[in-house]
Amino acid sequence: MSTLTYREAVARGMAQEMRRDDRVVFLGEDVAAAGGVFKATVGLLEEFGPARVRDTPISEQAILGAAMGAAMTGLRPIAEIMFSDFFAVCWDLVANEIAKSRYMSDGQVSFPLVIRSANGAGVRFGAQHSQSVENWAMAVPGLKVVAPSTPRDVVGLLAAAIRDPDPVLFFEQKSLYATKGEIEDGEIVEPLGVAKIVSGGDDATIVALAAMVPRAVAAANRLEAEHGIRCSVVDVRSLVPLDTATILSEVARTGRLFTVEENPRLCGWGAEIASIVAEEAYGSLRGPIVRITTPHVPLPAADALEDHMLPSVARIAETVRTSLEDA
Amino acid sequence: MTRSLNTPAELYGRMRLIREFEETALRLVKSGDIVGGIHPYIGEEAVAVGVCAALADDDLITSTHRGHGHVLAKGADPARMLAELAGRTTGLNAGRGGSMHAADVGLGILGANAIVGAAAPIAAGAAWASQRARSGRVVVTFFGDGGLNQGVLLETMNLASLWKLPVIFVCENNGYATTMPISTGLAGSAVARAQGFGIPGETVDGMDAVDIRSAAAAAVERARAGAGPSFLECLTYRFGPHHTMEQRIRLSYRPAEEVERWRLRDPLVIQAARITPQEREEADARAAAILAAAREFALASPHPDPADALDYLYASGMRGRGGEG
Repeated sequence: MSTLTYREAVARGMAQEMRRDDRVVFLGEDVAAAGGVFKATVGLLEEFGPARVRDTPISEQAILGAAMGAAMTGLRPIAEIMFSDFFAVCWDLVANEIAKSRYMSDGQVSFPLVIRSANGAGVRFGAQHSQSVENWAMAVPGLKVVAPSTPRDVVGLLAAAIRDPDPVLFFEQKSLYATKGEIEDGEIVEPLGVAKIVSGGDDATIVALAAMVPRAVAAANRLEAEHGIRCSVVDVRSLVPLDTATILSEVARTGRLFTVEENPRLCGWGAEIASIVAEEAYGSLRGPIVRITTPHVPLPAADALEDHMLPSVARIAETVRTSLEDA
Repeated sequence: MTRSLNTPAELYGRMRLIREFEETALRLVKSGDIVGGIHPYIGEEAVAVGVCAALADDDLITSTHRGHGHVLAKGADPARMLAELAGRTTGLNAGRGGSMHAADVGLGILGANAIVGAAAPIAAGAAWASQRARSGRVVVTFFGDGGLNQGVLLETMNLASLWKLPVIFVCENNGYATTMPISTGLAGSAVARAQGFGIPGETVDGMDAVDIRSAAAAAVERARAGAGPSFLECLTYRFGPHHTMEQRIRLSYRPAEEVERWRLRDPLVIQAARITPQEREEADARAAAILAAAREFALASPHPDPADALDYLYASGMRGRGGEG
């Protein structure tokens, strides 16, 4: 066992897979010599050399296009888009090229590639470096979308994403980079599309993703300690594929669903889950489905404002408590 | 179909095949058998054929929205290509791609691409894989003069030059980006842009397949030697519309005398002058026969079954949600 930060887990997961498969290559801005602007890829250049770990110019379209072309012709690239907001600069490659080309070619080619990106708030960088955009990715057919909440899941889900035959957008939540976790030695691979029940309870189900998972767990602890309300918390881990079975069975058991989302409200991932639950588990619901999200605005830079925007432990706990009492 | 493109007669024959293909496709657009229309390549055949004549079978290409010529020049089966345009199961992509997305990866055709300029970085990525594997394969990316103004192309030229990738940038300058004359859309010059990235560039007569082949051969040699990318600007002209819809909505943006002037430099006529009348007649007859058979094949082929419309999105076999009902 060893204690690893979320950021160290990124390099560990990549190194694990690069040792195993020399088709795995890595490219992005400041990722090699500098080890990444979040220091998430330290040591990879030294271990695997400049032919496999490549710094690129600030050219997001060229980065993703190169990853795509390489994936079509025998490599298994990992591309880094430094901040997920920058997906807007290269969305054509994501949404029109990488996501569609397997289908358009009738399955002639596959795109075994991973696009890692630092997602979300927490570093006070303002609206163009802080948004959570996992819902953009979820809206595009042909992509898989993963967002881990713990260092162990970073290793295991990143490994699975790299081995996966399809393009995976892998969102690393910036506010989690410094968090720590115990990780066993040896190879770790976690299957994509399996949600994890991280705390048990019968009164309500809280479904959360990435940085919202520890907040949801803290809110659940507070609700139990202060009000005797016991919530199950589900870490979705992967939006595509989505583990609807776990979510539906938890909701069937508790009769209530709350989602906690860092993405802006409209068409956030929780809306899709709410729709699935409303269609497939309507009879189990004992009260409304409630979404707890960042409001539908760009994120402001000031810490007091940014903190106010994101679902906080207090807001989650209060929303769940009042909703259960009203029902 | 032979992929050999060596002799003057073979060059002519392949251009004739592309011309015949496009004329057949235009009739099928008119009859309603091809839905969605096409971007005809008529007038530009020398570019695709001249460039592909310089490539080996396992070299790779990416293509454009006006891609039928590139795909056929690289060796795709015209019958399966026509079936693709007509949306049939026997099409190159079984009808999932259509006119602007034909791909035949086994033949090195990584795909036509309907986003202007967007295939360039994909070609660079394939060239990176080739460089890493030391396979010697080169990758050609075709684009139009309109593509010169896409940032993605400039990003790609920079990266390809930095990494010395075996990629060849082929600009088909047909004078118009959809309806915009190049004089209103391009500052500076195409070749100077490439040179700005340290990529050697050359402007060639895009109506002369032999000239194009020589220039492309030099670029291929340079790429195989590890010396990096090259840029070719081929001055050409499309004799027809940007897209077949253009005729229906009666877009007008080119003087008739300009079109007529370019028609005098028909690339097929230029190449025909290098072969015997008998070779020409044989090639014409062969192309006509191939396309007659292709038409019959395409129109007799089944339409896709909606039951499998969700297949092939994910290699893992996962299906997109919502297709259950």
